[in-house]
Amino acid sequence: MSTKESAGRKINWSAVMVEGRALIALALIVIVFSILTPQFLQPETLLLMTRHVAMNAIIAIGMLIVILNGGIDLSVGSIVGLSGIIAGWLLQGWNIPFTEMVAYPQVWAVILISVAVGAFVGWINGVIIARWRVAAFVATLGMLYMARGVALLISNGETFTDIKGSPETNNQGFVDVAFAAPLGIPMAVWVMIVVAIAASILLNRTKFGRWLYATGGNERAAILSGVPLKKVQTRIYVISGFCAALVGVLLVADLKAAVPTAGEFYELNAIAAVVIGGAALAGGRGTVRGTIIGAFVIGFLVDGLVLVGVSVFWQVVIKGAVIVLAVAIDQAQQRLQKRSGVRKTQASLTAPSAPTSGDA
Amino acid sequence: MTVATGDTDVVLRAVDITKEYGVTRALKGVDFDVRAGKVTVLFGENGAGKSTLMKIMSGVEEPTSGQLMLNGELVVLESTVDARERGISIIHQELNLCANLNVRDNIFLGRELPNGRGGIDYGAEAEATRDVMARLEEAIDPKTLVSNLRLGQQQIVEIARALVDETQVLIMDEPTSALSAAEVDVLFRVIRELTVQGVAIVYISHHLEEAIAIADYAVVFRDGSLVAEADADDIDLSWVVSQMTGRDAEYDFRDRERSYGDVVLSLHDVSVINPDDPTRLAVNHVSIDVRAGEIVCLYGLMGAGRTELLECVAGRMPVTGGSVQLRGEDVSGLDIEGRIAVGLGLVPEDRQRDGLVQMMTVGNNITLADLDAVTKSGLLSKPLQVQQADQQIADIHIKTEGPAAPITSLSGGNQQKVVIGKILMTGPSAMLLDEPARGIDVGAKGEIFALLFEKASQGLAVLYATSEVGEAIAASHRIIVMSRGHIVGEFDPRTATREEIMAASGEAIETRPDGAHT
Repeated sequence: MSTKESAGRKINWSAVMVEGRALIALALIVIVFSILTPQFLQPETLLLMTRHVAMNAIIAIGMLIVILNGGIDLSVGSIVGLSGIIAGWLLQGWNIPFTEMVAYPQVWAVILISVAVGAFVGWINGVIIARWRVAAFVATLGMLYMARGVALLISNGETFTDIKGSPETNNQGFVDVAFAAPLGIPMAVWVMIVVAIAASILLNRTKFGRWLYATGGNERAAILSGVPLKKVQTRIYVISGFCAALVGVLLVADLKAAVPTAGEFYELNAIAAVVIGGAALAGGRGTVRGTIIGAFVIGFLVDGLVLVGVSVFWQVVIKGAVIVLAVAIDQAQQRLQKRSGVRKTQASLTAPSAPTSGDA
Repeated sequence: MTVATGDTDVVLRAVDITKEYGVTRALKGVDFDVRAGKVTVLFGENGAGKSTLMKIMSGVEEPTSGQLMLNGELVVLESTVDARERGISIIHQELNLCANLNVRDNIFLGRELPNGRGGIDYGAEAEATRDVMARLEEAIDPKTLVSNLRLGQQQIVEIARALVDETQVLIMDEPTSALSAAEVDVLFRVIRELTVQGVAIVYISHHLEEAIAIADYAVVFRDGSLVAEADADDIDLSWVVSQMTGRDAEYDFRDRERSYGDVVLSLHDVSVINPDDPTRLAVNHVSIDVRAGEIVCLYGLMGAGRTELLECVAGRMPVTGGSVQLRGEDVSGLDIEGRIAVGLGLVPEDRQRDGLVQMMTVGNNITLADLDAVTKSGLLSKPLQVQQADQQIADIHIKTEGPAAPITSLSGGNQQKVVIGKILMTGPSAMLLDEPARGIDVGAKGEIFALLFEKASQGLAVLYATSEVGEAIAASHRIIVMSRGHIVGEFDPRTATREEIMAASGEAIETRPDGAHT
């Protein structure tokens, strides 16, 4: 029993190292910026930054699930825009084609439909990737354009600003729901917490989660163990699309308008959060905790630079450098761990095999 | 032990070479000489250490200890490029060609001829390619894409690549496995030309008679050691076989009680297209019945079609013709997942590549194929998982710290038990194993087979493939020999001899059918 515990501790230790690195970075960011500007640690600032972080973190969790399988989803930013436009469109009232009637879905239905559209777009991604065997990068790159195009088509390039609804049509209150702050915590943060908990359970406590890590770690072995690869691959893009659509809806409430170009480049921020959080782009390694920390690193860094007054151009350069640095450190650490593992095996070898080995 | 000869002929000498891969010792202090103008043939079963030694001598791998002497001087080969620059070339067992490039570009990949203006002298490269192809009597245009060549021609390109270099030592690891008899004749003539020019050839082949025919010196490896060497004039097939297999296996299950039940696994007239060469069949109209409690061994050389047969039965490759039945039910419509569910699972040949998820723990690997067994009300249950994994670990005697230990901390034999345990957990009625004892030490081999016999006595039907004749005889109820996709013989391990089985498998050059292609 004691040996088992020690083995368990060993694994946690390496996991702590991977996540710890991101945490150390986060701590550094907080310390540096709170020295540079007293504003940084103000509760309102922290809350605002956390709301920004939450949006990215929700998308990043979906992205993590895709990346664990060894895939990538470049279409999430466009899904944010599309689902937001769907929400705005429905709130304005939907002209049922070929009739004079205008439908005003209730707020809960608007949210449900918008999120369902995002999940559906993800499902299309999944089918293209799993059934048609198109590389994930290409399939979701295409979807990045298509979803954005559809959002622009629906809105005709315009922004929907009338999202308040009215009592006559019984569809008011969208902003109240999506921009509420129960217990003083913004809705986006609540959504992030719920999504994070659900994703943790999914990854650690369900068959699906185990399949995901197995297919990402060794697809061939997973298939030979009877893991239904196509099903797994399809579902992960549905989840990713669903997460992006949640953000799309939250963003409409945040901006008080549905903008067809909303969410551009969100996919890159999400990938950055996942990678900084210690996940391997090749699949099989990564945690929800790490991804959330990664999202905080990115978010606090960007907002901190804004607060300090660093030029927008430098912000972009610094963000890029941090991403590269994070992965470079991760790689170095992986090599170190591997080497120490080899050394350990060699050490354990020399003792028992000593009598048979030839003298050096 | 070294044959006393004029040491002046020795071009390359390996001195006390040891190589360890994690827990396994692939080479145990080997001394080996390569002589100029001679063909030295290495004999040995799979895992005897031949290929490992060749990789060390060609700069692919570094030895754990020991030295290489080239022309009497100590050398350390940094890389294959380094080795090539010193005049040591290797033709690998596996093809190392870029299928998307043409023949010329493949041959000069990494050593392009400069044209003096910073570019590549394509004309000279094409010229040299045509020359070497003429030598090999193969009319392949330098600009043909490698992907458009059939397998045998690709192997010719691989050989050509080694020939364009100024070589003093040329290592050939199974160069003929995809060649037709006519192509082998040409290759042998080229080898003779090279030896006349003073090139030292090291040659490995599983086709024993073919190898004896070309040999000047014969060297036999067994379990990582050089066990015998002799002048080729003094040896014959039976000497080679007896040296290769040496002592009997340290396990022997021939005398186990046999009690078979009904036919569980029934292959009828199964054919499979060769994925590397769609014009040929890898498995050619094969029918086998395996009964409950029976262990059937498929013996054959590399390329005999054993792996393809097992993979198509497991659902990994499509069956081109024929049917596969499990307990009378046709499983053709099922995918891998479905076949595991009805009780048919495969333990793959390459456990690192196909058997294990390296990032996962022992417990997670064992339970991967049967997660339902550790699921409680929709969620994976940790206690259940530990309990199930512990049970498997105890049941099949896996040496590990426990389910939470990383899979990479286990020895090869124990990793293999994890892969087997994973399939056993799904409660199979028939189990397929491809080279279940490859690359693990002798003691663990015995344990693996003891486990199979134990499960068979409980009613499991087992079909496994091996290329080691000693293994086939010591650990099976029935031996089916395959060669070039066909079943060519069936033996009772209690009465059959090694020589009979090896001869049946087509290790003699005469039985090699000429390739259908020209």
